[in-house]
Amino acid sequence: MGEAIAFYVISALILGFAVLVVSTRSTVHAVLFLVLNFLAVAALYVLLTAQFLAVIQVLVYAGGIVVLYLFVVMLVNLKRPPEDHSAPQRRGWLGFALSGVVLAQLAAILVWGGVGAATDSSAAQSSDLALNNVERIGMLLYADYLIPFEVASMLLLVAMVGAIILAKREL
Amino acid sequence: MVDGFLVPLLKIVIVLNATLVGVTYMVLLERKVIAWAQSRLGPMRVGPYGILQPVADAVKLMIKEDITPVRADKWVFTAAPIIAMVPALIVYAVIPFGPEVSLFGRQVTLYITDINVGLLYIVSVASVGVYGIILAGYASNSKFPLLASLRASAQLISYEVAVTLTLVSVILVAGSLSMVSIVRAQESMGVWFAFIQPIAFVLFFIGGLAETNRAPFDLPEAEQELTGGFHTEYSGMRFALFFLAEYANMIVVSSVATTLFLGGYLAPFPNVDALNFLDIVPGWIWFLLKTFLFLYVFLWVRATLPRYRYDQLMRLGWKVLIPVAIANVIVTGIVKVLL
Repeated sequence: MGEAIAFYVISALILGFAVLVVSTRSTVHAVLFLVLNFLAVAALYVLLTAQFLAVIQVLVYAGGIVVLYLFVVMLVNLKRPPEDHSAPQRRGWLGFALSGVVLAQLAAILVWGGVGAATDSSAAQSSDLALNNVERIGMLLYADYLIPFEVASMLLLVAMVGAIILAKREL
Repeated sequence: MVDGFLVPLLKIVIVLNATLVGVTYMVLLERKVIAWAQSRLGPMRVGPYGILQPVADAVKLMIKEDITPVRADKWVFTAAPIIAMVPALIVYAVIPFGPEVSLFGRQVTLYITDINVGLLYIVSVASVGVYGIILAGYASNSKFPLLASLRASAQLISYEVAVTLTLVSVILVAGSLSMVSIVRAQESMGVWFAFIQPIAFVLFFIGGLAETNRAPFDLPEAEQELTGGFHTEYSGMRFALFFLAEYANMIVVSSVATTLFLGGYLAPFPNVDALNFLDIVPGWIWFLLKTFLFLYVFLWVRATLPRYRYDQLMRLGWKVLIPVAIANVIVTGIVKVLL
C-alpha cells in the first residue's frame, strides 16, 4: 500500500518535472527541472530496490552530465530573455506523429508485453537483490555480459577521443 | 515503533545539532589557529579566550539585512544556499561514528543507517552540492560571482574524478561499499587502510582540500581577483549558509577520510596486544579525535601554503592526481588478484 502511494507520488513528480523541462522559457530553469527529474527517477530506483542504479543515476546524470549542461547554458545564454521560436507550428505535425508512434509502442508493451504475475521465486530474488545489489550487478556486468560491457566501454572511449580531436584541432 | 521511528529520528536530531555546533566552533578554531600561526591572539573579547564568539557571530548574521540584487534570478538566488547546505548535512546519514553500544538497556548503533552503497551515496550527494556554487554565481547576475562559479564547477568536476578513483582502490581492498563494512574490514585485517593504501590516502586528502574549496585550492573565492567569489552578492543568513556548508563539507571529508583510512571508530593499532588498554576509550571518542586531526590539518594547510594559480590547479588535477590514482587502482587490482 505504502509502496503504491510512493510510486504514484514519485511518478507524478517525474512527469511534472518533465513537463516543466520542456515548457519553461528560461533555459537554466529548464536544466534545473531536469536535475529534479533525475533525482525523482533515482527515488523510483530506490523503490525498486535498485540502490546501486539510484546512486549512479544521481552521480552520473544529476551530478555530472547536467553540471556540464549548466556550464554550457550559462556561457551561451547569458543575455536573457530567450527570443521567441519562429513558427513553432511548422513541423508540428511531424512531432505529433512521432509522439503518437512512441505512445502506440508504449501501449503495445503495456497490453502484450509479458508483465506476468510476481511468483514466489521472484520475491525471494528481490530480497536477495536488496541485500547484495552491488555484487549482483558486478557479477552480471563482468561475468555474464562481459563482451557487451567491453564493447560499450570501447565505444565510449572512441567517442571521447573523437570529441577531444574535434575540440582541439591542433594537438 | 520505538526502534523503527523514534530512535533513528533521535539520532538524526543529535547528529545534525552536533554538526552545526561543530561547524560554528570550527570557524572559531580556524581564526584561532591562523592567529597563532601568525603570532596573534585571535578573538579574545567575547567570553574567556573568545569562546562565545560563534554565538555572537550567529546572532550578527541572523539580524543582518538580507539583500537580493534587483536583477538577480530570485528563485534560484534563494535556492542556491539551500542546495549548497543540504548535501553537506545528509551525507552524515551513512557515516559510522561508533560501534554498537548498549544505551538505557537497548542496543543502539552509532550510525543513522548502513546502506550497501554507502560510499557511492556520499560521492553522489557531494556531486549534487556543486549546484549550490554554480547557481549562486549564475543567479547573482554579476561578473565576479559568475567567473568564480565557472572556476568552481571546473575545479570540482576535475577533482571529483581523482577522489572517486582513490575510493575505488579502497573498495578493492575492503571488498564492500558499505561504510560500516569498510571499518569492520580494517578491524579484521588488523591494520588501518592508510598503511595499505598510503597513496590513495594522500590523494584523497589533496582532492578533499580541492573539493571543499579550501586553501591552497580556494580559487572560487580568491579575494584578490574575484572580490568575494561566488557569494559576493549574498548577505545575512544566506551568506551564512554558504559559510556553514563549506565547514560542514570539511567535517564530511575529514570523517570520510577517518572512516576509510584511519579505521573509523577503532582504537589505534588494533593488532598490537600491548595497546589493548586503549579500548577503554569509547569508539566514538576515537572517531572524533581522528576527525579533529584532519580538521586541524585543513587549518594548518591554510595558514601555511599560498594559493595555486588556476592553470597549476588544473594541471595538478588532470596530469598528476588522476594518472597516479588510476595507476594506484591498477596496482591494487593486480596485487589483490596475485595474493
